Amino acid sequence: KSSVQTIGEEQIQNPYTELLVLKGHQDIVRFLVQIDDYRFASAGDDGIVFLWNAQTGEKLFELHGHTHKITAIAPFFSSDAFGENDQLMLTASADRTVIAWDCSSGKQIQKVSCFHSTVKCLTVLPRLDVWLSAGSDLCVWNRKLDLLCKTSHLTDAGISALLELPKNCVAAAAGKELIIFRLIDRPEGWNVLEVKRLDDHQDNILSLVSVNDLTFVTGSHVGELIVWDALDWTKQAAECNFWDSSLHTDAQPEIKLSQSPNETSVQHLTSDEECVFAAVGKGIFVYNLQMKRVIACQKTAHDSSVLHIAKLPNRQLMSCSEDGSVRIWELWEKPQLLAEPVPTGFFSMWGFGRANKQASQAAKKTQENTTLYFLELVGDLIGHSSAVQMFLYFGELGLATCSADHLVILWKDGERESRLRSVTLFQKLAQNGGSEIKF
Amino acid sequence: MISAPDVVAFTREEEREEEPSAEPPLPEEYSVPLLPFGGPGANPWSKVAGSKFSRDFILISEFSEQVGPQPLLTIPDDAKVPGAFDLNYFSLRIMSVDYQASFVGHPPGCAYPKLNFVEDSKVVLGDSKEGAFAYVHHLTLYDLEARGFVRPFCMAYISADEHKIMQQFQELSAEFSKASECLKTGNRKAFASELEKKLKDLDYTRTVLHNETEIQKKSNDKGYYTTQAIEKANELASVEKSIIEHQDLLKQIRSYPYRKLKDSDFHPYEPECPLDEVSASSEQDPAASEAAEPGDAHPYAHVPSYTPKLIKAKSAKCFDKKLKTLEELCDVYFFTQTLDQLHQIERTFRGDVCYLLTNQISRALLKQQSVTNFLFEDLALLDEKAPEKQHGGCQRLGHDAVNRKCLEELPTPKVVISLGSYKSSVECVPIKMEQEIEDPQDPTMTDLMAFEHQDNLDYLDADIKGSISSGESIEVLGTEKSASVLSKSESQASLPTSPSPQVGRSKVGSRRTVSEDSIEVLSTCPSESLIPEDFKASYPSAINEEPYADDEEGGLRFSPKLSLDNADEREGGPEQEALLQVDSACCMGKESAGSPEPPAELGARRGEDEDGVVSVPPQPLRPPEQGLPGPLAGGPDGASAGLLCYELEPAGGRDAAKTSLDECSDSTSYMSSAASTCSERSPSPGHPAVPAGDRHRKRAGQNALRFIRQYPFAHPAIFSLLSGRTLIVLGEDEAIVKKLVTALSIFVPNCGAYAKPVKHWVSSPLHIVDFQKWKLIGLQRTVSPAGVNMLHALGRYSRYVSILDADSKTLRCPLYKGTLVSRLADHRTQIKRGSTYYLHVQSVLAQLCSKAFLFTFCHHLHLPISERESEEAVVNRRMNFLKLHLGLANEDIKIVQYLAELLKLQYIQEPDQGGNPLLRFDYVPSFLYKI
Repeated sequence: KSSVQTIGEEQIQNPYTELLVLKGHQDIVRFLVQIDDYRFASAGDDGIVFLWNAQTGEKLFELHGHTHKITAIAPFFSSDAFGENDQLMLTASADRTVIAWDCSSGKQIQKVSCFHSTVKCLTVLPRLDVWLSAGSDLCVWNRKLDLLCKTSHLTDAGISALLELPKNCVAAAAGKELIIFRLIDRPEGWNVLEVKRLDDHQDNILSLVSVNDLTFVTGSHVGELIVWDALDWTKQAAECNFWDSSLHTDAQPEIKLSQSPNETSVQHLTSDEECVFAAVGKGIFVYNLQMKRVIACQKTAHDSSVLHIAKLPNRQLMSCSEDGSVRIWELWEKPQLLAEPVPTGFFSMWGFGRANKQASQAAKKTQENTTLYFLELVGDLIGHSSAVQMFLYFGELGLATCSADHLVILWKDGERESRLRSVTLFQKLAQNGGSEIKF
Repeated sequence: MISAPDVVAFTREEEREEEPSAEPPLPEEYSVPLLPFGGPGANPWSKVAGSKFSRDFILISEFSEQVGPQPLLTIPDDAKVPGAFDLNYFSLRIMSVDYQASFVGHPPGCAYPKLNFVEDSKVVLGDSKEGAFAYVHHLTLYDLEARGFVRPFCMAYISADEHKIMQQFQELSAEFSKASECLKTGNRKAFASELEKKLKDLDYTRTVLHNETEIQKKSNDKGYYTTQAIEKANELASVEKSIIEHQDLLKQIRSYPYRKLKDSDFHPYEPECPLDEVSASSEQDPAASEAAEPGDAHPYAHVPSYTPKLIKAKSAKCFDKKLKTLEELCDVYFFTQTLDQLHQIERTFRGDVCYLLTNQISRALLKQQSVTNFLFEDLALLDEKAPEKQHGGCQRLGHDAVNRKCLEELPTPKVVISLGSYKSSVECVPIKMEQEIEDPQDPTMTDLMAFEHQDNLDYLDADIKGSISSGESIEVLGTEKSASVLSKSESQASLPTSPSPQVGRSKVGSRRTVSEDSIEVLSTCPSESLIPEDFKASYPSAINEEPYADDEEGGLRFSPKLSLDNADEREGGPEQEALLQVDSACCMGKESAGSPEPPAELGARRGEDEDGVVSVPPQPLRPPEQGLPGPLAGGPDGASAGLLCYELEPAGGRDAAKTSLDECSDSTSYMSSAASTCSERSPSPGHPAVPAGDRHRKRAGQNALRFIRQYPFAHPAIFSLLSGRTLIVLGEDEAIVKKLVTALSIFVPNCGAYAKPVKHWVSSPLHIVDFQKWKLIGLQRTVSPAGVNMLHALGRYSRYVSILDADSKTLRCPLYKGTLVSRLADHRTQIKRGSTYYLHVQSVLAQLCSKAFLFTFCHHLHLPISERESEEAVVNRRMNFLKLHLGLANEDIKIVQYLAELLKLQYIQEPDQGGNPLLRFDYVPSFLYKI
């Protein structure tokens, strides 16, 4: 019943028909970060950062500097008033250092090593031209890597995620608590103040996502999802354990018992203006903010935990999982909500008992959940032999995925690539004047 | 179109005598001349039976000053090879024609002995009694103890087939020159060190003598010289003179490379092993080193360790001393190099001449297909041939553009060629003029006519000639031809208006050496013999090389223009006529000789010269012009357009209707692929050895044939390979799996200029990277947990692979409904031999390549013609082209698209970077096939 939806080998809507394997890492690759339209960086447990060309798969730079695994990575772009573009990239590592790299030269610009604990997350606030590092405390830095201010030691667990909020505020997830900080830029210097502590979550907060200027959403390890007002930090809505209660209504109790909390943890959140997409355990849930309820779900979207999820522009949703696959989903409105009960009678009339049962279940489900949409699997990408940690969508350039099998794979639209190669070919032919071909 | 080797092969294999009657009669120019001397039932190989040896071999002999001509060694070094053949007798003959081995130790007007830098001479001679024909390469080596310091040697390539010698003359000459140059370099080195030793001896002797004289002077207070003293003084003087002489010799031998370098055609032998050089230079004596000796960069390293000896005034009698052996005459390293080279020559020229020729032609043609040849061809085969081969193959094809190009790029190896160029450009003049007058529009036709005319002449004259000049066992072969053939490209370069220059004519010079004893020099194309003086009929039988080697060498290299201008004046009027007559008188038409050659003139070879060498290559091979005007518009060139159309005939056409043999012969018009691989289709009897590559191909072909017959699902499997989907052969038994992999490997396109993407045997679980790298994998099935893992991985990646289970005989792969593979792999094929099947496959694949090429390089199939055109329109046009013009059905399109993708990747790849291998795939359902 909870078997994973599969798609055959025929995937008409899957555009990715070409792949390039990028080798270089020697350990789990955990992070992918986009630098600009055609470059991205990958980093992982081997402490090496690679810069890649997303079009050609060419390895641009290999950045060595960290001695331990990399724990956070953030690009820092700022264009001055003079249009001077310098692209920095910040990496934090378990060796308690943060290094700023120059993306255009691949050189290490500066290394900061005055941390008492591992920096677990990095956030850049481009509006203020500062960046934050967070571990057991929160530090504020300017782009020249001067420490502007810092908080006192907060928690031993440390801050696992940061989210920028309006009015120079930052939400930090520290264990079960959500701490709101405010940055104050006074003439005499920067200051960071703890404004509020919110302890509505029952378990560790794993993911934070900002929906718009007014709301943000947090998700916890036990499957709580709370929608917050971004201005006054009040709880707008909450779905506490709703994953279990609402979705396993017809599931057998023993299955319920066997579910470890891991299977309901909100691993990753993403959102567009209307909906929040949550990777919960093996499943994907779509929560509508207006309706304040889950409108679509795929309980077992993957064979194991979904690690990363992203909304693509064209109604599509992409998810990657520990099972090593990436899946592409499309969100469809359910075509005939009301028509559904009708065939029930039809089938029961003919004595299709089984059909009857299923149909009645479906009817029950629609009544209870009033799911208006459903997620349809339109394609899957299989290439990695181990958990796919993250992916990066490059639009028509393709998709980069990174995995625990030490590989980064670039997935491309074969048709487009073929066309591009033809263009290149004829350009080269024109350059050579055809002299290379001897007739 | 049928080309020679096919005919030969079929005649042999199937014993088919009758022509297929269903075919309309061939046009005259394509018809196969009947075997001239054979009655019905005689086969082209019968001729070989007359010889006393089983296969070709190389003989090195020496004209020893003590015992006369003597054979030194044969390659292969096997007594069975020469068999009953009288080596001594033949040595005598070949050494006796070394007309140039004249040496004057003390040339008049010169105080010191001078070393002659004698050029090698290359002679072809035949002996009908022995049934042997030989290419003879004369060379001289220096030996301080020899008379005049020189020892004449010769290397001879002996074959029972005169045509082989004649047609491979240029190649033989190039290869033997290399060997000779190597040997001589080693010899110069050895000679120089010998001289140095001698100088040390002399120096020591002088010191000793000087001391003795001083002692005598001191002890002698009588005021007059004793006879003893006078004797000593004389002795001292002679030693002094000897020292000066030897120093001079040393200087001469060392200056040799310089001298030769002035001559741009000279290629100093460069040892392939730099190690040797390093070791030599590390221990070299700085004083002795003459730094800039490019050709001979090994100054004489072991000199310091030498202990000088006293030299007796009187040298030993000539016959008392033992002459140095060839090995002693030459530096060890160079000697082994030479032997290697000779072995290489023996291997290269093994087999029947038509086989060699076809190989050369196909290799040359393949080289021209620089864009597509990487796909299916054996890359080692393409690379292994040095530039010299290009001279042989592709120049002979008369492919002007390419030839001119490679000539510009490649330095011409020898004097022969530059001289030859002079000669043949002179000869070409009349014809060229004719062309211009008659029909400047269609030079080919004119040429053709000229050829025919010439051929007839030759043919007629050959008989007359034969009766005139052959005595008891004298044979005369007109062979200046080969020289002119070899220089043809040069003449083309110099005379661009003459597209396929006329076949050369023998000159008067070639008749000059008529030896007494039943031997006639058939041809002399030695470097020196073709100097302008050559035109004088009274040519001295021995030439003093010295001036040429020294000064006039440069003068000999006429600039083509000059020769062109002077040509008319020089040989105008009656002289020219005489030349023509002489020519026809001298040349024995090849065609008349009766050989396996005639079939070789079949088919596409229209512009043929007397050597049966293709002047105009088979047209379909020529890739279409880039920036093609239209899908099938065809060029302005009528012939090529027609052929192109034939090429592109929809698959259901004539090609498809035929099977097996017919098909095979049909497809051999794509000689590019077929011929590169002729393995044992036309081996001469008694040449059982087949090169390793051929053996492999034969086996692969045989296995493939078996696979096709055994497995009804061979087609989808082959389709998988051709469309770039990795095929995994799964099985427990390594031998079976490897056999299958070998069989299937002939269908795997190369992804680039590296080895075939085939992995014969793996036992570890596969990863995505493997599919990127390998397109055909033999996988071990094990029952261990690892095996389960592996099968799991296979299931996981099933979308990228087709799986052929060798144990349960099942295949899991996408459906194939095209027609192409059924032509490629027909299980009812009549082809029985592995190699024949291999050739068949190659020809079909070559056809496929040309389609892919056309598809790839048609601009508007990939890019919009105008700005406004939508992408869909381009896609539609592309599909239309594939379906209608290339005649591809269903999945065949995917094959061509995949090949086109490979072509693109290869073409746009920057040379410096290896390029990331891509994995392309489709989301198509797979099916399980069972027997």
